[in-house]
Formats: sequence, C-alpha cells, structure tokens
Amino acid sequence: MAGATEETARGTAGGTAGEPGAPDVVVVGAGQGGVETVAALRARGFSGRITLVAEETALPYQRPPLSKGYLLGTVDRAGLELRPDDFFSALDIDLVRGDRAAGIDRDRRTVELDSGRELPYGRLVLATGSRPRRLPVAGADLEGVRTLRSLADADALRHRLTGGRELDVVVVGAGFLGLELAATARTLGHRVTVVEAAARVMSRAVTGAVSEHVAAEHRGQGVRVLTRREVVALHGGTGSEDPGHVRVVELDGGERLAADLVVAGIGALPNVELATAAGLLVGDGVIVDPRLRTSDPDVYAVGDCARFPSPWTGRHIRLESVQNASDQARRVAADILGETGPYTAVPWFWSEQYGLRLQMAGLTAGHDEAVVAGDPAAGRFSVFCFRAGRLTGVESVNRPADHGISRRLLASGTDLTPQDVARPGFDLRARAQQRPSPPAQHAQHAQHAQHAERPVHA
Amino acid sequence: MAKITYKHPNGTETIVDVAAPNTVMRGAKINNIDGIEAQCGGSAQCGTCHVYVDEANTLPLPEIHESEDEVLYGTACPRRDNSRLSCQLPVSEEIDGLVVHLPEAQS
Ligand SMILES: Cc1cc2nc3c(=O)[nH]c(=O)nc-3n(C[C@H](O)[C@H](O)[C@H](O)COP(=O)(O)OP(=O)(O)OC[C@H]3O[C@@H](n4cnc5c(N)ncnc54)[C@H](O)[C@@H]3O)c2cc1C
Ligand code: FES
Repeated sequence: MAGATEETARGTAGGTAGEPGAPDVVVVGAGQGGVETVAALRARGFSGRITLVAEETALPYQRPPLSKGYLLGTVDRAGLELRPDDFFSALDIDLVRGDRAAGIDRDRRTVELDSGRELPYGRLVLATGSRPRRLPVAGADLEGVRTLRSLADADALRHRLTGGRELDVVVVGAGFLGLELAATARTLGHRVTVVEAAARVMSRAVTGAVSEHVAAEHRGQGVRVLTRREVVALHGGTGSEDPGHVRVVELDGGERLAADLVVAGIGALPNVELATAAGLLVGDGVIVDPRLRTSDPDVYAVGDCARFPSPWTGRHIRLESVQNASDQARRVAADILGETGPYTAVPWFWSEQYGLRLQMAGLTAGHDEAVVAGDPAAGRFSVFCFRAGRLTGVESVNRPADHGISRRLLASGTDLTPQDVARPGFDLRARAQQRPSPPAQHAQHAQHAQHAERPVHA
Repeated sequence: MAKITYKHPNGTETIVDVAAPNTVMRGAKINNIDGIEAQCGGSAQCGTCHVYVDEANTLPLPEIHESEDEVLYGTACPRRDNSRLSCQLPVSEEIDGLVVHLPEAQS
C-alpha cells in the first residue's frame, strides 16, 4: 500500500469501546438510510461505538430491484446487497440482525430491543422506513393478496410469478411501484390489469405528458389499465375452488375481474410507532428540523420515516426515495461529526418499466407551467416544470442527460425560462456546455455558496 | 482480482484488491471509500459514481455505451475526456493496477 489510505486512518481509530469523547451512536433500521448513515460516519473518521439494529435477518439490501430486476430474475440476491457480509465487522460496526428496537428511554438514553438487550446512545438515528398500506376493503386478508416492501415479499411474489402458470394478476394502484410490478408481471407473461382510482396513472408524481406516455406503453404491452375505478371488495373461490384464496376483484360499478394474484401498490405509511411511544413529535412521519433532528436534539430521523422542512417547497414533506434516504444519512453523519448544516439536496427519483427510463429531478408538484422538449412520439422527451417562471423540476423519459443536467441546474440555481425550453432546437446539453467549465473545485464551491445564500421556494 | 487505486481530491489515495465480478464502483462501496455514492446501485441512472480515469492509463476499458454517455453529461463535476461511470467498469485481471481519480463531489 502506498500513500495515506483510509484503511490506515481507520486502523488507528478503532476500538470497540469507542473513543473517549465520541458519542455512542445507535441507528435503528438497516435499510438504505441506516446503512448509509453508519458507512458515512466511518468514512468520515467517526471513532465512537456504532450499533445498527436490523429487524430483518437478511443482510441489508437495496429495495429498487425488488420490483424490477430481482423479480424478473436479472438481478440475483448478491446483487441486492447494500454491502457485503464482512463490511460491518471490518468497520467495527455492530450489526444486530433479527432483533427489533422495541422502545426508547430518552431519560436514560437507551434503546431497548425485543431480545431485552439495552443499547446506550449519545446520538440516536431513526431510519425505520415505511410499510405498505393495506387495501381497505373486504377480502383484503385472503390468500393471494400481497404487497411488496421486503425481500421476503419479493421472494413470495417471485415464487408465484415464476411458477410456470399464466396468471391473472390485478395490480391495485398505478403509482411507480404498481406500474413497475405490472411491467414485470407482464414481461413474465401474465395477464395484467391495473386499477387506479385517480384519473390518470402516477397522477401525484408526474405531469400528464409523462403519465400518458407511460400508460400508452403499458397498453401497448398488453396491460389493461383502468383509471377512475375503485376496488370495492375481493372475493375468494366458490364451488370447488379454495374460498380462502382470492379469485375475483370487484370494482365500483360491479365489474368483476378474475384474479389469481392481487398486488396492492397504494402507498406507504411511515414507521413512526417507536418515535410516537418515545414522545417525539410525529405527524405523517417523524417531524425533524432542517438539520434532521427530531423534537429531541439527540435523536435524528432520516429516509422514508422522516418529515422534514424542504427548501424546495417551503413546507414539511416526506419523500420515499433512495436519494432522499442516502443524502439525509450523509447529512446526519456529518452533523454528528460536528459539521452542522441544513439538508438541502435536490430530490430525484427513477423508475424503470419495460425499457423505459423515467427520471425525475426536483419536485414538479404545484408547477404552473410545463414545457415538453424532445420527441414524445419517439419515446425520448423531458417535461420542464416551472412555478412563477422558475424551474422547479424536470421529468425525463429516456433522456438521462437532461435529467443529470437538470439536477445540477436545480442545485446551482438557473435562469432557464419556459421560453428557452419552448424554442425550436432547444438542447439542454448544448446549453450546459456553453458555460465555461471551471476547474472542478471552483464549480463546487460556487454551487455551495449559491445554495446557502439563496432561499428556495417552489 | 485487480488492484485498484482510488485517488482522493485531497491528494491521498486508497489502494484495494477488488475481486471479479465486482465493478470499480462496487470496489469503492465494499471498501467504504467516500467519494463514490452510487445511489442507483449501478444501473447507469444517477451519475453519482463518476470517476476520472488516470490520464496515463493504458489498461483496456470497455467502450462508453449510449446510456453511460448520456449520464456523463449530467455529473456534478464537469465531464472530461477521461470521465467514466465506475459502475460500468467491470473488474478483471485485465485492469489490474487501474488508477481512478475521485471528483470533488458526486451530487
Ligand atoms: C419495491 C420497491 C421499489 C423501489 N424502487 C425505487 C426506485 O426505483 N428508486 C428510488 O429512488 N426509490 C425506490 N424505492 C424506495 C426506496 O427503496 C426507499 O425510499 C428507501 O429504501 C428508503 O430507505 P429507508 O432507510 O428510509 O427505509 P428502508 O430501506 O425501508 O429501511 C428501513 C428498515 O428499518 C427496519 N425497521 C423498521 N422498524 C424497525 C425497528 N423498530 N427495529 C429495527 N429495524 C426496524 C425495516 O425492517 C427496514 O429494513 C423502492 C421501494 C420499494 C419497496
Ligand atoms: S451507480 Fe448510478 S450511475 Fe453508476
């Protein structure tokens, strides 16, 4: 080995007892947010004791492939892992698997686990994620009615979808998760119907242009997409069929869809029970301040479970994305190390359905003007969303360059106008390249400076 | 197995052995090298695994395919001729000794 490596820095700073002065850190939840928190702490030289509590027994994994490649069979289990087996021990992180944080005693500053083990903390990070909403209709507890959140859920679904029989699959809810599931089930050769209560697919997340394009893609692939329709009940088998297994999905208006498998993708609820029981401020999510601290300054919350003040909307919001969980985790790790500051990262999200690459930069909800650039007919376009003349978000279909450049423009602030985008021949790449490209270091500092000074309102 | 050197913007470096079938991105994640985020987990979506391949490099690297090319336009630090997405660089003995430079920022 040559040079001053991180390996050597870590080697001298270890010690299971923790360094004097460094707080004991306990992180609850070993998903995207929890794992990134502990990894970032060590990467930045944190020398205290770290315990990561994982309710699940599986090695911490990524969720995005669960509805995509893993279900399809193109990504294997090893490809899901956030980090390999020996990662945590090598970094002197105590990963407690298959045990659940059952309670927090804030006076004694301890977390109690189901096993009875007590973990003292100086700083506590809640990264408990979210769980699927269940269908609020009769028959929702029948066999064959499922949701998808965990690896176990995905394994069960994969078992059904790759069982060799062509199934009638009904997906309830046309959000990202539901549509990804529909695409995967269809690709695996099943008859798929999507039932959505709203007027169009992904209506809460994307503009009409993207919504229409994606719905058309599903229809073209042979999926039946029903909008403005609600599921009113699920029914089990009759006659010789198993009455305990779903066979029929009943819609408002009386239509009955045949179903061997029903998957609900109707949103998620933040896992806040631990925080509520501990007397922390909770709304739809654990409420945090700009530094991601809960109403107890020694307790942070990150990821799907956290409701944070967004500089992009001027309100408290909750986001369910890898970006949000990872960037919040890094912010909290820095905060614990004394590098305090607000969380201001540009939100972004991606989804894959069939070959479609959907990417969202910023937040487009609440825009008052949307301009399409590119070629929707050819399946390559972006929708630029403005509010009061200012760019707030960009949705891209098979235009990764637009997406990345938009993220950068949103981070640094941009004077891009709807008129610019509407001009014939508009090309964001050409525009981005026009800027003299300063040395990396300076570009970065300039970005940060602007970010801090500029209050952002969507 | 290949020895990969990750050079940090502050002048230090981390040298690690990375086994196939990992990528240069995964090698950084496994060894907790700060400076590669890889938020999309290697699906060429996010551009947060951007590296600059050492200018003196002579080791054979795969061609930049279309989606990598597109994503490289949007990286946080400017794209240069030697820019790559490290998730698109599979590790093999052929790239033993590869040196990559980490950008100042990934997002
Ligand atoms: C199928 C699927 C596909 C997705 N696809 C995408 C995508 O394409 N792009 C994207 O950006 N995002 C996607 N997401 C969203 C993304 O995965 C989540 O936003 C992200 O995982 C959130 O990270 P988190 O750490 O907040 O929660 P999680 O990753 O859910 O981790 C929370 C963990 O905490 C554990 N836990 C909860 N309570 C306790 C307790 N009391 N004690 C111990 N452990 C506890 C849970 O078991 C869980 O393992 C997808 C999600 C799903 C389910
Ligand atoms: S990890 Fe996202 S592009 Fe490489």
